[in-house]
Amino acid sequence: MNTVLRLPALKPAGLGLALAAALAVPLISDPGTASMAVFITMYVGLATAWNIMGGYTGYISLGHAAFFGFGAYTLGLFLVHLGIPAGYQPFLLVPVAGVLTALLAALIGWIALRTRAATFVIVTIAFMFMLQLLAENLVNLTGGGAGLGLPVPSWGGDFFAIPFYYAMLALAILGVTVSWVIRRSKFGLGLLAIRDDEDKALAVGVPTRAFKLAAFVISAALVGMIGGVYGYFITYIYPQFVVDPLIGISMVLMVFFGGLGTLSGPVLGAIVLEWSQLQFAYHFGASRLYLIFYAAVFLLVIRFLPQGVVPSIADLVARRRHGRAAGPPGPASDSAEPPTRIRPGLASP
Amino acid sequence: MSLLEIANLGKRFGGVVAVDNCSLSVATGSITGLIGPNGSGKTTVFNLVTGFIPRDRGDVVFKAQSIAGLPPDQIYGLGIGRTFQLARIFPRLTTLENMLVPVRRAGWRALLSQRQWSHEQDRAMDMLESMDISQVAGTLGGALSYGQRKLLELAAVMMARPELVLLDEPAGGVNPVLLERIADHIRQLNAQGVTFLLVEHNMGFVMKLCDEVVVLHQGRVIASGNPRDVRANPAVLDAYLGA
Ligand SMILES: Nc1ncnc2c1ncn2[C@@H]1O[C@H](COP(=O)(O)OP(=O)(O)OP(=O)(O)O)[C@@H](O)[C@H]1O
Ligand SMILES: [Mg+2]
Repeated sequence: MNTVLRLPALKPAGLGLALAAALAVPLISDPGTASMAVFITMYVGLATAWNIMGGYTGYISLGHAAFFGFGAYTLGLFLVHLGIPAGYQPFLLVPVAGVLTALLAALIGWIALRTRAATFVIVTIAFMFMLQLLAENLVNLTGGGAGLGLPVPSWGGDFFAIPFYYAMLALAILGVTVSWVIRRSKFGLGLLAIRDDEDKALAVGVPTRAFKLAAFVISAALVGMIGGVYGYFITYIYPQFVVDPLIGISMVLMVFFGGLGTLSGPVLGAIVLEWSQLQFAYHFGASRLYLIFYAAVFLLVIRFLPQGVVPSIADLVARRRHGRAAGPPGPASDSAEPPTRIRPGLASP
Repeated sequence: MSLLEIANLGKRFGGVVAVDNCSLSVATGSITGLIGPNGSGKTTVFNLVTGFIPRDRGDVVFKAQSIAGLPPDQIYGLGIGRTFQLARIFPRLTTLENMLVPVRRAGWRALLSQRQWSHEQDRAMDMLESMDISQVAGTLGGALSYGQRKLLELAAVMMARPELVLLDEPAGGVNPVLLERIADHIRQLNAQGVTFLLVEHNMGFVMKLCDEVVVLHQGRVIASGNPRDVRANPAVLDAYLGA
């Protein structure tokens, strides 16, 4: 479906170029841009991770902020209660936050994945608010509404955001790699089959419960690790700002915008939307005015690009190439000539 | 010897008794027909055997082992495939991808490895070729004609080499030419050792293909035996003429 990034010569070259540019960002940027870059790469990772569950299996979780916040608190509590000093060691605890988030996700998923469709959406939201309440009320552990102060890194000034940028970039690259490996595997194909027709998938032997749970846990673990880095970055965490429903909604919107179930869609969606949001914040202050912008984008995408940007562009290119419009499939008929909408190869991003 | 043995199977939906103390067996290597008027419980028997709905009572034995109560994916893993009354395929996967979804006894390593794939892809292409639909290998399932979907569903079920395949109206809604082709495919697969239990309303198709026919009426088996005898059975005629 996605022809754009399949052009054999362009793909590695484009990837290499993008990677080089990403690595070079801190060299050419002022502190303001560097912290913008932290947020943008953070959302690239979040959207990509969310897509592994929401995009591939079609199970829409609106509660992923729970894992984000859980990761932030996990890392924060380790630092505070184990008395780990600020510096680079806290980054080594990020995988631990990932593992613990995975355990939490396994528990939540085990329950939530007994439901389908709308019920699943509601259950994920409910779990998120439960977690927020816990963070607020376990005052002895989390500091409750007064927040949890983390050790502040000794490096400061212009350099402050740079290590966080590279940590976020590493997690984003990890997320994209994991997503790519899954998309090209039999496991990933099983997830897409679940999205298309879960009962039919069961009928051909796909262990749907195990697959869904695995996708959910992988997705959540990535989000938890990103949350951990974020917590250390902002150095002071409050329940409502890390277990923030808007963070959960943002990743979803970015994926829908870029292309649900594609590899490059979430990346593109995160870059475009988070950049726009930061521009809003810059020009209109910290108000939540961007929410109106988000709502408008969402309506426009649903109305004009229901598949998202990447698949729509890919379709356009494919149509140009085949020299004629490949309209939507007409009514089925036995005598119809074979449809011409060819999708070469197996896994496309 | 029988490959599948259904004993005293029962299922009711609210006040409707869909399957009532139903017992039948499918001989290894046979093509067995399961016929009966609309609503007689044929699809429900399939759903009970493949674990899609829980049974109220009775037992299902496959290769001398009870499979009652197992979930559908495990039942497929044991070697029982099925198709659906209205062909069901994955609309947003290509024809070739549809062929690669079926999983039988795969560990996590196999699910993530790339190497086993290419071998499986070759087999899938061969299968598509033998069904004469390899030209649409790269087409999305949702863009296939109904006939192509029927063929794809049958081909995909065969990917994991099931020993028994339950076909729910393989000839339903297809034109006479395709019907002939589907019959040939079933015969061919049967010659390779696959056992079939098939539900079909087209009597010509059943008479031509089946070694053995079981007749269901209001969830109960009212006759069974070779096709010609069954067709002449007055009880069967009564059931069909709508007593
Ligand atoms: N999920 C269900 N819920 C309630 N009733 C059902 C359900 N499935 C089947 N039934 C009822 O059980 C009876 C048997 O239905 P079934 O679909 O097994 O018949 P069938 O022999 O396959 O019919 P057909 O030839 O029309 O496909 C019918 O009365 C049907 O309405
Ligand atoms: Mg039926």
